[in-house]
Amino acid sequence: MSDTATAHAVHHAPTGFIRKWVFSVDHKVIGIQYYFLALFSVLAGIVLSLLMRIRLAWPNEQWPLLAKIFPTGFEGGLMSPEFYLAMVTMHGTIMVFFVLTTAPQGGFGNYILPIQIGAADMAFPVLNMLSFWVTFLGLVALMAAFFVVGGAPIAGWTAYPPLSALGQIAGPGLGTGMDLWIISIALFCVASLLGALNFIATLINMRTKGLSMTRLPLTVWAWFTTAVLALLAFPVLLAGGILLLLDRNADTSFFIPAGLVVSDRIINHKGGSPLLWQHLFWFFGHPEVYIAILPGMGATSHILSTFARKPIFGYRAMVIAIFAIGLLGFFVWGHHMFVSGLNPFTALAFSVITLSIGVPSAVKTFNWLGTLWGARIQFTTAMLFALGFVSLFVAGGVTGLVLGQTSLDIQMHDTYFVVGHFHLIMGVAAIFGIFGATYFWFPKMFGRMMNESIGKLHFWITFLGVYAIFVPIHLAGITGQPRRYAQFTDYAYLEPTAGLNTFTSIAAIVTAAVQILFVVNLFWSMFKGKKAAENPWGATTLEWTIPSPPPHDNFGGHVPVVHHGPYEFSVPGAPKDYIMQNEPPEAVPAH
Amino acid sequence: MVATVTSTKKAVRPGASGPGKNEHGFNGGDGGDRSGPDRASLRDRYRLGMWIALAAILMMFVAFTSAYIYRQGLAGDWQPIDLPGVLWISTGLLLASSFTMEKAKRALKGGYTPGFNRWISATVLLGIGFLFGQLAAWRGLAASGIYLASNPNSSFFYLLTGAHGLHLLGGLTALGFIVFGSMRSPAPVGVAGYPARVTASGPGAGRETIVEITAMYWHFMDGLWIYLFLLLLVWR
Ligand code: HEM
Ligand SMILES: [Cu+2]
Repeated sequence: MSDTATAHAVHHAPTGFIRKWVFSVDHKVIGIQYYFLALFSVLAGIVLSLLMRIRLAWPNEQWPLLAKIFPTGFEGGLMSPEFYLAMVTMHGTIMVFFVLTTAPQGGFGNYILPIQIGAADMAFPVLNMLSFWVTFLGLVALMAAFFVVGGAPIAGWTAYPPLSALGQIAGPGLGTGMDLWIISIALFCVASLLGALNFIATLINMRTKGLSMTRLPLTVWAWFTTAVLALLAFPVLLAGGILLLLDRNADTSFFIPAGLVVSDRIINHKGGSPLLWQHLFWFFGHPEVYIAILPGMGATSHILSTFARKPIFGYRAMVIAIFAIGLLGFFVWGHHMFVSGLNPFTALAFSVITLSIGVPSAVKTFNWLGTLWGARIQFTTAMLFALGFVSLFVAGGVTGLVLGQTSLDIQMHDTYFVVGHFHLIMGVAAIFGIFGATYFWFPKMFGRMMNESIGKLHFWITFLGVYAIFVPIHLAGITGQPRRYAQFTDYAYLEPTAGLNTFTSIAAIVTAAVQILFVVNLFWSMFKGKKAAENPWGATTLEWTIPSPPPHDNFGGHVPVVHHGPYEFSVPGAPKDYIMQNEPPEAVPAH
Repeated sequence: MVATVTSTKKAVRPGASGPGKNEHGFNGGDGGDRSGPDRASLRDRYRLGMWIALAAILMMFVAFTSAYIYRQGLAGDWQPIDLPGVLWISTGLLLASSFTMEKAKRALKGGYTPGFNRWISATVLLGIGFLFGQLAAWRGLAASGIYLASNPNSSFFYLLTGAHGLHLLGGLTALGFIVFGSMRSPAPVGVAGYPARVTASGPGAGRETIVEITAMYWHFMDGLWIYLFLLLLVWR
């Protein structure tokens, strides 16, 4: 098929390096660009987190070498508390925006979605290119904050005012660094909106013949829902960012209250409300965690079904659950504000809706388990990571039910319990989604197989490692260890957590080091891996009907026609244990 | 198996033995088909894209609005400002521009180049007039000592008019390109129209579609302004 396919190609790939690899409008190249942007970012984010963990584990240790690299942050070889806060802020921002919002959607969504729906590209290729490059600019702006006077901002990834709104006077990094942070996020908003527009239009307008809505792979549903969430959430963050920028640079008082005294100076603002920012931010912020995780859910469903060699259990319920999660996600932002002085009745409403998200989440979990039930599972690396995703999703979801209750959250708020919760459910689960997707689609994207033995080693150490990191973090949180502190040695009640902190940090260093295996496997396989066949996993969806890697216009100028649902595995009477979506209906006995 | 797929591509016809509704799942998108012109589908696509973009813009102004109402509820320092009278004039200009925009769109469909040029240029002029009206309103307020940071109502006034004005400027830029294009190639543009521009990524959208989605945007900006004007006028 590969030869017939390419022979029909009407559109020729651009030949110049710049048009082909830099300012490309090909969704596949753009997807890979997003992927590498996220890879760079995640490595940077990990380095920052290790610096924090080192500080927490060995609170009195001097690091002369680090003092040479960061002369201001490590005066005397010890990381200053302000520098710690800068690390927290940049780590969180990089991870949430430039890793979890780019790789699953901009990376894999961009690459795979058009192919899975049988299209030659996204609906608006030029817009697609723009969204990548604006994202890139956003990353540059963020990174620039490290190099300006005062350094990186210290207001956290949530940028709460007044701290974030007052400027240099409120602390290092809150001058130019904070402005750069806001500009970076504003650019990111614009880029995400362009991306979301493209995804939605592509799905609605460009599905191929026969691909009715009930035949869409669950990955496509997940990317689509994510795009809808992004479309509705990012404009609100953008609006908040504009207001914050005005408060900082134009003397307005949207967020800055009256009568503030900072560093012995009375702040000339009046009447603003820091809570207004919290409302705007979290109206975006909660959907944002679903923007991070939904694509991982899609990939997990897809991978589980493929390697269980069974149809996904409850396809319709899965689709409805994704939508329900996305929809409910817009009405729970108040659970981030339980201790902010919210009216208790409002808080109760937010609490109830929050807990109700447990229902569609449980539907998804049980359907995943139902898919696995009685299956002869093929434990590929991709499958392992998908199973890991389910595990992390459950572990993080359970602590979410704890935090969703106002009475418990008053105790847990701003402790390491929260840090543990969101790292499991958002951070690490989504990362596992990315890993699973990487091991699964790498053969399609690069035409070669990744090394499975190294992959499995990578999985097992990472899987045990993340629990070794984040279970102690929950325990420290229950002890009452607050987040965003550089040092706990001055608090007697936290003495019991010293051992936990050291253990966590060692686990973090080991887990981070193991990621080298992944990076090496990735690059080595890209050039030296075994050549990949068209459909190495015996999978069913359209991307596996075309060569690996696919030609410039994906289907070589013809329109694939879809005759089957996305997960027809082990159909009784079929010649193979899978039926590809474009196989002619008469080739398969009635079922 | 792979070979079967390719060969049956022709063999299988809509309504063949497969579940019949399969073929109707196809919703008119051009899928991977790069051969036909599918102008109609491209028109759908561009209109859809514009609707989605408008939803995002709307969402941003919804956020501004809720901030507005929230901030006003805190009261204290909120001092209602008197809106400059020139806003009524600029509002009139913008309403008129929506009318001329619609005329231009229709003229393009009818195939009258001179008419189209006249109406589209009028739209541009009215749009510029609107922006000057807004600027005049700003200057008027500033002259009476009311600036961006004076009080929350004035902050929101400058913010909302500014954000709307910037979006309108975007619309004007699009109109500018259209005018420029139609001046450059004054051949009649009718139903037969210009051939779709063919780019690396497929055929372009065609003149009518571009004008049509610009008109959508323009009307939306018109409606948005009426809404903002009412908000600023009534909710003080
Ligand atoms: C190697 C794995 C990771 C380690 C060891 C790690 C460690 C840390 C540490 C020590 C903090 C600071 C806690 C505090 O002082 O409040 C933190 C905060 C944070 N991390 Fe991670 N992290 C990791 C991966 C991730 C990932 C994958 C994400 C993606 C969501 C993420 C998102 C965040 C966020 C959002 C914050 C909060 C930042 C803030 O408070 O503003 N982390 N992490
Ligand atoms: Cu939340």
